[in-house]
Amino acid sequence: MMGLLLLTTLTQCFTDKQNEGQRLYVANCQSCHMEDGTGLRGLIPPIAGADYLQQHRQELPCLMRHGIEGTMVVNGQEYNKAMPGVESLGTDQITNLLNYIQTNFGNKNERYTLQEVGQLLEPCPPHQH
Amino acid sequence: MAAAMALSSGLFYSCTESGAEGKTLPILGEREAVEREVGGKTVVDTVYHQIPDFAFVDQDSQQVTQNTVAGKVYVTDFFFTSCPTICPKMKSQMLRVYEKYKDNPNVLLLSHSIDPQHDTVAVLHDYAERLHITSDKWHLLTGEKDSIYDIASKYLVPAQEDGDQAGGGFTHGGHFILVDGQRHIRGVYDGTEAASVDQLIQDIPVLLNEKQDGQK
Repeated sequence: MMGLLLLTTLTQCFTDKQNEGQRLYVANCQSCHMEDGTGLRGLIPPIAGADYLQQHRQELPCLMRHGIEGTMVVNGQEYNKAMPGVESLGTDQITNLLNYIQTNFGNKNERYTLQEVGQLLEPCPPHQH
Repeated sequence: MAAAMALSSGLFYSCTESGAEGKTLPILGEREAVEREVGGKTVVDTVYHQIPDFAFVDQDSQQVTQNTVAGKVYVTDFFFTSCPTICPKMKSQMLRVYEKYKDNPNVLLLSHSIDPQHDTVAVLHDYAERLHITSDKWHLLTGEKDSIYDIASKYLVPAQEDGDQAGGGFTHGGHFILVDGQRHIRGVYDGTEAASVDQLIQDIPVLLNEKQDGQK
């Protein structure tokens, strides 16, 4: 009985965390990258099927925190639009958001562990406000 | 802000709902009753809210004025190219209208930048190129800042500079405004909602038919 309860609780916890990635996407990314992750023509790069997610996997945690400016090439097309970072996101939230992006919109990329994201975030601590 | 928009669009929808056949669209905005004397009798005319004359410049440095839109149906909105919030969504929805009426010369699109200092002709040109749109159909406009904010109020769209960095420094409504050949506002839509833009796409032919009827 206790085992079942524990399992249920754990499952719910896990499910909530999966939803957190989606919730964070909707709140922070969707208005530009769109509901289906296709971006906006030559202005905003896609997330769906983007080679950038695998090629720049190590840089993505800091990119989410501090944003990025200048040109970038995604699937052979050049983009040049600043993306604001989301300074308020914690390591756990960035992990969930990254895992949501890496495994949705048709993407089947490797997931991150919390520890891995923590290490990748070390060079880019949140700015003092 | 979002709530106010939902409320106002809700109000407008309730006035425009009717069957597709024989459908008409209301003239929106304040109207005035003006009395005048005709042969000793007093006649009351209704004067409808009309968009005043304007002069802006588009992404190809062309002058865009009231003459550009005379006799045409047009859809207009307010945005800025560095907007991190609702603008990309609005532009993806406006692209649907663009694609639908790309080959109809009687339909134009006018998007005003509310950050004209940053959004110069060159910036708008690059933006248009990346959106793969042409200026004979979709004019991205810049000009005197005061003139743009003034005309926003005439289109009944809230727009202001708020200095809030997270929102890009400006606040504006996500409305798409449908305007007829006499520069009367005939519909207000939520440019961030696909369903509302579906309605806009359906309403445009109502005005195009009106125009044809008027020419008969």
